Amino acid sequence: MTVHPAVAAAVADAHRREWAFVLAATVRVTRDLDLAEECVQDAYARALGTWGSTGIPGRPGAWLTTVARRRAVDLLRRDATARRVLPLLVTDPALAPGTGLADDGPGACALPGQASSAVASSAGSARPAGTAEAQIPDDRLRLVFTCCHPTLSDEAQVALALRLLCGLSTAEVARAFLVSEKTMAARITRAKKKIAAARIPYRVPPVAELPERVDAVLTVVHLLYSTGYAAPAGDELMRTDLAERSLDLARMLHGLLAGHHEVTGLLALILLTDARRDARVDGDGRLVLLSEQDRARWDTAKIAEGAALVREALGTGPPGRFTLMAAIAAVHDEAPSFADTDWAQIVGLYDVLMRRWPSPVVALNRAVAVGFADGPGAGLTDLDALAERPELAGYGYLSASRADFLRRLGRTDEARLAYQEALLLTENAAERAFLAARLDQLGP
Amino acid sequence: MTQYLILIYADEAAWAGATPDENAQLLKEHVEFGQRYESVIRGGNALQSAATATSIRPGPAGGSAVTDGPFAETKEALGGYYLIEAADLDEAVAVAKQVPTRFGGVEVRPVWDMS
Repeated sequence: MTVHPAVAAAVADAHRREWAFVLAATVRVTRDLDLAEECVQDAYARALGTWGSTGIPGRPGAWLTTVARRRAVDLLRRDATARRVLPLLVTDPALAPGTGLADDGPGACALPGQASSAVASSAGSARPAGTAEAQIPDDRLRLVFTCCHPTLSDEAQVALALRLLCGLSTAEVARAFLVSEKTMAARITRAKKKIAAARIPYRVPPVAELPERVDAVLTVVHLLYSTGYAAPAGDELMRTDLAERSLDLARMLHGLLAGHHEVTGLLALILLTDARRDARVDGDGRLVLLSEQDRARWDTAKIAEGAALVREALGTGPPGRFTLMAAIAAVHDEAPSFADTDWAQIVGLYDVLMRRWPSPVVALNRAVAVGFADGPGAGLTDLDALAERPELAGYGYLSASRADFLRRLGRTDEARLAYQEALLLTENAAERAFLAARLDQLGP
Repeated sequence: MTQYLILIYADEAAWAGATPDENAQLLKEHVEFGQRYESVIRGGNALQSAATATSIRPGPAGGSAVTDGPFAETKEALGGYYLIEAADLDEAVAVAKQVPTRFGGVEVRPVWDMS
């Protein structure tokens, strides 16, 4: 089968933009994640074959959803009993029993009554009314909250987010986390089994639980971004695929949960950090520190968008941790040069962040900022105060930061030891090359 | 509705050091928990200490090997359970969070529905 490049591109685009929407709407029919995934994959395969002759539909997501749901209904009719290996997903009483298309009616589009006021379903309202497809409800939030359920392990949550929300294959998810496909398949199967057997509900949590649950979702997306930003192991400093997928997810959540300012904060943080992506490595894949980056290579469009979002998030109440981290990133991004960075403001923002989110890693970053605001001696004093924290034992960035301050203070022997310690603590090839080069510069 | 078993694990060494007052307080909390969640509790018991346990595995030459002690030696031993009924895991976890625990925590497991 030859596929016209325009059709292939349209299907690929719909895969990236619409996967979560199509899958979430299909899960509503199947109440079974595996069956829904099978039907959605089938719909995308059909799109490749059909769109060449029928033309690319105006709303690919609606077309794909209709095809996937029709397929699901067919399969469910054909072997209603054979597929009952795992129990059906638990949904709101209004949705069950969910085997038919009976819930296609307009009334079924609404989120659970309690949650609808707190959750802006912008994507749903953007769809034109009057056609059958217009009534396909936007269930993406149900899928999001199911994937990022606090009773699943962190690693299961991030794997499910990539698999179910971004539509990555198990092989791709395995590659993203540098584990074997077999290991990742087992992890995903286990998580899906727990969702069904322990009855993790397929629904948007009630308003009272939303702040905590939204935070859990944001944590998953942030973890995904951090894993892509500074890959813990491997040859490349960043894994662009993960960074881009997490940006997609943050954008989707921003559309679905517009009223939550931390969602805005996280999108801003990812944009403002990602804006420096190209400048973080040189032509040979070597790490370039913020102080030495070519700021002309920063993505000004991302910086402008991120900075506007930070201001929006800061304007809507006491800032959360993602908003504060985004504000810090914005100060860096808007500084004309490293020397002209407003370090006092950065230390001030870290102080607020420490009150809101007192983690040892935040304390470490604050100490580094103090080193630039008040000199390496002051920074070193703060870093050494953290050396006793058990959470930071084995954390390579602490040794690397100490090494840098010691080097700038001319305490070469101690700097050498600290670089050697940092080298023992990272597996990332680009980071290792950087540390080894610094160690070389210190001389014998 | 699904049934969930809430398994209560506790550090028996710490528990053994509890004062009579502390024990009375814990018992009182369980009674209060039982009254508050009467409508969803389907059963529950406290167990004698792990030192009273007997484990049985298939024997090396067929038959059974009977040994003294719990199935797995852990710092926190199974000390009791509640059987509850809940619509989903969120509901079950909400109830389990209220189980009085002094020297450990609880584990929530869905009961396999054989019907």
